[in-house]
Amino acid sequence: MFKSVEELRVYREQCKQLLQAEKKKIIVCGGAGCVSKGANKVYEKLVKVMSEKKLNYTVKLEKCNEGDSIRLTKSGCHGFCEVGPLVRIEPQGWLYVKVNENDCEDIIEKTMLNGECVERLCYTENGVVYKEKKEVPFYKKQTRVSLDNCDKIDATSIEEYLANDGYTALEKALTEMTGEEIVNQITESGLRGRGGGGFPTGRKWSQVARQKNFPKYVVCNGDEGDPGAFMDRSVMEDDPHRMLEGMIIAGIATGATNGYIYVRAEYPLAVQRLRTAIKRAEELGILGDNILGTDFSFHMNISRGAGAFVCGEGSALTASIEGKRGMPRVKPPRTVEHGLFDKPTVLNNVETFANVADIINKGADWYKGIGPEKSPGTKTFALTGNIKNAGLIEVPMGTTLREVIFDIGGGMRGDGKFKAVQIGGPSGGCLTEEHLDLPLDFDSLKKAGAIIGSGGLVVMDEKTCMVEVARFFMNFTQNESCGKCVPCREGTKRMLEILERIVAGEGRDGDVELLQELGEMISDMALCGLGKTAAGPVLSTIKYFRNEYEAHIYDKRCPAGECQKLKRIVIDPELCKGCSKCSRICPVGAISGKIKEPFTIDLNKCIRCGSCISACAFKAIKEE
Amino acid sequence: MDKKKYMTVDGVPVEINGEKNLLEIIRKVGIEMPTFCYYSELSVYGACRMCMVENEWGGFEASCSTPPREGMNIKTNTEKLRKYRKNILELLLANHCRDCTTCEKNNDCKLQALARKFKIEGVRFPNTASKAERDQSSPCIVKDQSKCILCGDCVRVCNEVQNVGAIDFAHRGSKMTISTAFDRPLAQSPCVGCGQCVAVCPTGALILNSEAEVIWKALHDKELKTTVQIAPAVRVAIGKELGFKEGENAMGKIVAALRLMGFDEIYDTSLAADLTVLEETNEFIDRLNNGGKLPLMTSCCPGWIQYAEKKHPELLENISTCRSPMQMMASIVKAQAREKDEKHFHVAIMPCTSKKFEAIREEFTVDGQRNVDAVLTTKGLIRMIQEAGIKFSEIEPEAIDMPFSTISGAGVIFGVTGGVTEAVLRRVSSNKNRAELVTLANVGQRGEEGIKEFDLPFGERTLKIVVCSGLGNAEKVIKRMEAGEHFDFVEVMACPGGCVNGGGQPFAVREEKSKRSKGLYDTDRLLSIRRAEDNPILNELYNGVLKDKVHELLHVHYGKHK
Amino acid sequence: MKQKIDFSVLDQAIKEYGNEEKSLIAILQRAQEHYRYLPEEVFAYLAEKLNLPEARIYGVATFYENFSLEQKGKYVVKVCDGTACHVRKSIPILEALRKELGLSEQKKTTDDLMFTVETVSCLGACSSAPAVMVNDEIYPTMTPETAVALINELKEKN
Repeated sequence: MFKSVEELRVYREQCKQLLQAEKKKIIVCGGAGCVSKGANKVYEKLVKVMSEKKLNYTVKLEKCNEGDSIRLTKSGCHGFCEVGPLVRIEPQGWLYVKVNENDCEDIIEKTMLNGECVERLCYTENGVVYKEKKEVPFYKKQTRVSLDNCDKIDATSIEEYLANDGYTALEKALTEMTGEEIVNQITESGLRGRGGGGFPTGRKWSQVARQKNFPKYVVCNGDEGDPGAFMDRSVMEDDPHRMLEGMIIAGIATGATNGYIYVRAEYPLAVQRLRTAIKRAEELGILGDNILGTDFSFHMNISRGAGAFVCGEGSALTASIEGKRGMPRVKPPRTVEHGLFDKPTVLNNVETFANVADIINKGADWYKGIGPEKSPGTKTFALTGNIKNAGLIEVPMGTTLREVIFDIGGGMRGDGKFKAVQIGGPSGGCLTEEHLDLPLDFDSLKKAGAIIGSGGLVVMDEKTCMVEVARFFMNFTQNESCGKCVPCREGTKRMLEILERIVAGEGRDGDVELLQELGEMISDMALCGLGKTAAGPVLSTIKYFRNEYEAHIYDKRCPAGECQKLKRIVIDPELCKGCSKCSRICPVGAISGKIKEPFTIDLNKCIRCGSCISACAFKAIKEE
Repeated sequence: MDKKKYMTVDGVPVEINGEKNLLEIIRKVGIEMPTFCYYSELSVYGACRMCMVENEWGGFEASCSTPPREGMNIKTNTEKLRKYRKNILELLLANHCRDCTTCEKNNDCKLQALARKFKIEGVRFPNTASKAERDQSSPCIVKDQSKCILCGDCVRVCNEVQNVGAIDFAHRGSKMTISTAFDRPLAQSPCVGCGQCVAVCPTGALILNSEAEVIWKALHDKELKTTVQIAPAVRVAIGKELGFKEGENAMGKIVAALRLMGFDEIYDTSLAADLTVLEETNEFIDRLNNGGKLPLMTSCCPGWIQYAEKKHPELLENISTCRSPMQMMASIVKAQAREKDEKHFHVAIMPCTSKKFEAIREEFTVDGQRNVDAVLTTKGLIRMIQEAGIKFSEIEPEAIDMPFSTISGAGVIFGVTGGVTEAVLRRVSSNKNRAELVTLANVGQRGEEGIKEFDLPFGERTLKIVVCSGLGNAEKVIKRMEAGEHFDFVEVMACPGGCVNGGGQPFAVREEKSKRSKGLYDTDRLLSIRRAEDNPILNELYNGVLKDKVHELLHVHYGKHK
Repeated sequence: MKQKIDFSVLDQAIKEYGNEEKSLIAILQRAQEHYRYLPEEVFAYLAEKLNLPEARIYGVATFYENFSLEQKGKYVVKVCDGTACHVRKSIPILEALRKELGLSEQKKTTDDLMFTVETVSCLGACSSAPAVMVNDEIYPTMTPETAVALINELKEKN
């Protein structure tokens, strides 16, 4: 337990020296994507190979043997999940992709002992072999700030965080700055909340700092519930101390003495990592009473979510921490005045807190230097869907959609053609080809009728039916509506009902207008932010793909060919020989005709089972 | 002095004068906003979204939860708002049982009234009203999920005001319901039958269990002698719906109407309340003098009795052994009937829903026969009067029947919080002149506060007295008792403000409720007999039917409720 | 099947988290982990210990997806139907699993209490879509065939 800032500095120096002594390093990605693809087996195999060869190696930050000792570490997510398991070699910065156990022998023998690059493990695109990670197109346009440590350090080790200048911002905040100065620096940096709304963080902090009602709370929203988003998970699992540091600094800035981290139930590893991090921070005197011998005290708690998307909304989240049903309440009063336990509360999301330490250390100007003026800094995005390189990325705000999808994401998966991207999850909207050169920042997106939200980017190709996408999101929102206010509870239910009948081919004239009518009402009338944005996906798909809705309703046709109930099976009269095999195999007697003349299908009877298609010897039957 | 602050509502400047929210400001302009979930006595819930207003930038704010700010400029009725309100009503109706004509709340339903006002002419969505069966397990309250609009008023009143917590929200989203734990029947829940949920329910989702049918049957049965007693609070609450002013004493008309309906004899429960005063005072003095269990807690409220049985069985010994006035009167009436061996049906007209439970309690049955055969609430009485076609405003008032016709003011004020205490004080006080009544009126028991406490010198000692109404307030007092605070006398009424605001009374807003209390105090002041012990009938009773039977007929020992 | 309820796990949780309303969710989570569902008896017990109405506890338990009032299987199979998984065809996997185990949207748990099949809005494993989670382990890039094979593997384990 360190009793002063100096003691911590001494310890950090020791850690740094240990880190510098590490010459050769193998970093295995321990992110959820790579682990699910076998990263742990790779790690174990590497240990086994090195043991068998009786090599000098260490698996944690400790005094290593002089000379050729190898450091093996399991870091957090490297982001390039698509081609995991990933292994990086330092100091060369080589990136090996799709590594399996059989590759471990080569990695040790060739790379570690002989300094050769195993080219077959390197990432290859369009015939080009990329050895170094930083050259790989996926990484080239990225700027990692909040995810900076994720692919470097062992998340369970506070020493590694310290060795990478961890908790230096806390030191500075504790000893060199007043609360007001911290708030000013954050305000000046222009940092805006990364949870979706983009509210200026500095303004929020100053509002809490002004309150005279104690105790105050700092709450971290780790309830990343948007389907298709997993950025916050990465920070919580892979670099938990960065988040803790940001929260403690928020405490110093606002006079709050208690922190709560609300982690969604589906992230058990994040809970485990955060617990370890809090325990170690407490052991070193970085958390608890009289932090590092100062008169500032801060206690950290973890609340585990229990499965409710709506708890991502601020007042629902605090209600949930209080042990209640996660139902948002009306505002005012606002969270900064009456938040958790009815006390003044700073509520920010994971990524926002992860930016704090760097802003304190490097200054507001440094931060303002990244990205556009009104939305400075970087933003993490989870890139998923029909895209070649799915994964986790961090780019300067203002990067265009085209750069993200085609340069970083490598373009469409397979031979699909880009159709739209859904941004901001169920609260967001879709963007189309015309938006590809739109800079990704809070204000530009808002203008285009979408939101950054938490940063999920789901890319869709022309085989994706936009009505079905709208139905999918409405189904999600409808399921997750808390049920409190009438517009959201009843409105989303009816919108879903209408969408369901449209994709089932039972859409009626006027349905699109009714969807719009309900959607606008919900957007204006709903109680909370989630309700107000619930109609977003429907309204934006209607805006950009109205013709698809109309094709479903009037022509009973799904242009993307996705809606099962609208599929049509037809017999090509040119190819049909009139053999009658199809009519005999049809389970519902939908096919009829005269022998040796083309047969026809009664679409009213047809159940689209496809039996006839496989039965036809002349490939005359097709799905349309 | 501070500069006056103004804002604008529909183009009209309005002064802001400490109003909590925009709703109050808007009402000042003379506009009644549609609401389902706003009650000034409950926390702000903000869920129905009917009271939304549009600001000058085209944004929308809920007027129930937004405090007025200087310079604000809002509109309460714009094209969008009108459309949205219609949308909301249509959505609620789509999920609602729409058998209005057979609904108990027909013509008394907020949803129906607003649907009519906003001219909802059709519903474009399939009807998805709940198919769950009505919960008729409780003798007091009937719950019908298919008519629930989830405004949450009942949940808040049950939890915030009454601290009962029998019902709460369950499930979420479109599956959300108002439910007891595991959706058990109300009768198996902590419900005490106070009926406050029924009072605030805007639709027919929570209604009173009506015994009107059995009463009509009894009235039409030539073999039966039918008698009826009328509780104090009924007379000041019945009027509004029948053409009277709120709070106006309509006792004479009620008597006349009941005669027309066919009741053979009509009594005033106030007389039994006088008996309660004497018995309870005796008990109190006995406990004070002989080291009995203190505080003495009042026993006339059946909601409170059930609450104590279910949540605080340890307090049952504190509760007075006096039967409630309703049961005192009923046991006397039935004892006399038994003596004469007549077939007798006794009805009690009460402001209270919980009395329906009290009436079926085993303690108040003799040989399997209930002393009170049926309980009719004030609302129920209004219905029966209307059904009988009686023109309430035109009939001539009549007098109560002998022998239970003489009443005292002490018995009348039982219907308002602090009334029992004041009646007991009048009895306890050794000073019997008229001026003392004025002094006693102002010691601290009157008023609408939920908890009123005061010290009163009594001989050598000082009595610590607490008067509370609303079970949530009772719980606060109990917590203080648990923490070691001493009281001598605690009056508890389950309903906030006392019986005048009982669950069986017609719905009233705060100002109307005050008028009812005032109505009872006015009645008291106009009576020649103000003290229970001055009621000459009591002597007759003590020397007659009650002789050697005081304990049997007027007292009871409550046990732990299963 | 009525099992005898051992409340010691609740006592332990109450001791750790405190007997106040804010501990309710954490205590229910402990109970859910221990019993694999929330037996009815737990509610009355907690109502008394935490001094909360049983209806409120019921309200909290039914609000959150992770609490189950019915007994769940030894293996809880969650098919992710988040955006990424949905786009990469998660529904056929769900259908294959239900067919294999004789389950449906209404019947989520097998009679022998071995398997529960349900969907989850998003596991946050979008890069491994379509993903399936069995208890706490994530299985990436599943197909209907590999999912059924996984079930059979788990069956053989027992």
